[in-house]
Amino acid sequence: MAVDLLAIAAFNAAYAHAIDSEALEQWPGFFTARCHYRITHVENEREGLPAGIVYADSRAMLEDRIAALREANIYERHRYRHLLGLPLVDSASADGAVARTPFMVARIMHTGQAELFATGAYRDRFVVEQGRLLLAERVAVCDSTVTDTLMALPL
Amino acid sequence: MQEHTIAWKGPGLTRIPFALYSDAATARAEQQRIFRGPTWNYLCLEAELPEGGSFRTTFVGETPVVVVKDDDGEVYAFENRCAHRGALIALERSGKAESFQCVYHAWSYNRQGDLTGVAFEKGVKGQGGMPPQFCKEEHGPRKLRIAVFCGLVFGSFDDEVPPIDEYLGPQICERIERVLHKPVEVIGRFTQALPNNWKLYVENVKDSYHASLLHLFFTTFEINRLSQKGGVIVDESGGHHVSFSMIDPAAADASYKEQGLRSDTENYRLKDPSLLAGFAEYDDGITLQILSVFPGFILQQIQNCLAVRQVLPKGLDRSELNWTYLGYADDTPEQRTVRLKQANLVGPAGFISMEDGAVGGFVQRGIAGARELDAVVEMGGDGAASGEGRATEASVRGFWKAYRARMEA
Ligand code: FES
Ligand SMILES: [Fe+2]
Repeated sequence: MAVDLLAIAAFNAAYAHAIDSEALEQWPGFFTARCHYRITHVENEREGLPAGIVYADSRAMLEDRIAALREANIYERHRYRHLLGLPLVDSASADGAVARTPFMVARIMHTGQAELFATGAYRDRFVVEQGRLLLAERVAVCDSTVTDTLMALPL
Repeated sequence: MQEHTIAWKGPGLTRIPFALYSDAATARAEQQRIFRGPTWNYLCLEAELPEGGSFRTTFVGETPVVVVKDDDGEVYAFENRCAHRGALIALERSGKAESFQCVYHAWSYNRQGDLTGVAFEKGVKGQGGMPPQFCKEEHGPRKLRIAVFCGLVFGSFDDEVPPIDEYLGPQICERIERVLHKPVEVIGRFTQALPNNWKLYVENVKDSYHASLLHLFFTTFEINRLSQKGGVIVDESGGHHVSFSMIDPAAADASYKEQGLRSDTENYRLKDPSLLAGFAEYDDGITLQILSVFPGFILQQIQNCLAVRQVLPKGLDRSELNWTYLGYADDTPEQRTVRLKQANLVGPAGFISMEDGAVGGFVQRGIAGARELDAVVEMGGDGAASGEGRATEASVRGFWKAYRARMEA
């Protein structure tokens, strides 16, 4: 398949839709089995500090996170609305791509309140596996260094 | 001095007035009597000030502070507030500086917080300038006393505060040394915004009773259960505590089954158990140690996940929790990876810490309109002494013991 701007934009649209429509069980399926997913912020990135607010190195860990939200964790019901910008494609070939995509995420609480929750950019490495575009790596770099306590759903 | 608008029902520690979590006069008095009073407040790690000129900006309560290392190898701290008109002196969170200059009218300060330069002090072409009797030595931001213990930098605005090891007491010193016994490295920093008064978070940290009831991850994966071997240490002042436990599969018992708790479930298992796969790091077998120092410092060892936390009030019903995740400087890459994975338990999205943030909000919202009512803190009696069991609120009562002493309430 040709990995290009349109393919990546379409991938991101489907990714955001899975989260925002609360089809969270689909979310790990956007990643390769061995993958890297991390949520961090600009200051840690600038200083090269490796820790994340969320840190996973396998799709199974992403599945565990969704299972924890569904079954284990106590938090208030809420939804996200992702607004994703156009991907900035650093490189692309037949078997993958490196791209950056800015995001804004609003959080809609069960109380009815909606607010801007996070802004930042995904730093992505895509690969093609069996004809499907998948994320080998997605680092969500938030602009703000302060994170509200309830970062339950994935960015 | 302070008008006591809030009535404590008796001299004890088991009834805590809800009004304390939303009262403006109380919050003002806390700044004066606690944060600017005879307490040691965590500022940063010495590891974060590697060389002469390295600085960080932080807060003591609401007061902005600059912490800086000078070429003599000593750490200094002073209010981040210009002696002229009060602007912030240092704007960045961290950096390296030869000296500091206020952007407003370019007054300058050395690394020890002395006012060293006033722009156009003698005026321009014989016009203006400061009066001849103006003496720079008499002006400058307030300086803090500094104490470094095991690489932790503490500051105090009070000249009467006891030396740090006396303030902490021998048991707390020993429990800090246990974790910070060799050089550490920062592996990440995060700030968690909490929807509640700072004291609700400090209480949560000291509340060994809730941990395995609220947090399914603790209980189901046997990271922390009240039935495990462990204990609670409360220091003489009441203000500092340690809660510790050890994972011992052989000691598993039925006490949780009998209670039928949500947080204990056999069906819930991880697909990738490497999240919790740790390594033995300390020879005492203790796999969890949460330690707090009055008023707002926490040192955490949850298996191999090490962190320091700083609790800062940000208004009556807001606070910020600054997390600094740590590894040891001599970690192997595998050990580092374990710490990064276990950090999923803590911070704003942590399988455990997210819930602590959420319940703080539940309390803050729950106590609205209940100024005249009190919390009931009677689990394990009415004392604030150390003990082996953790189904107790002894260390929460300890906090209020220290708090009432400081506030003269
Ligand atoms: S306020 Fe700093 S120089 Fe005027
Ligand atoms: Fe907790």
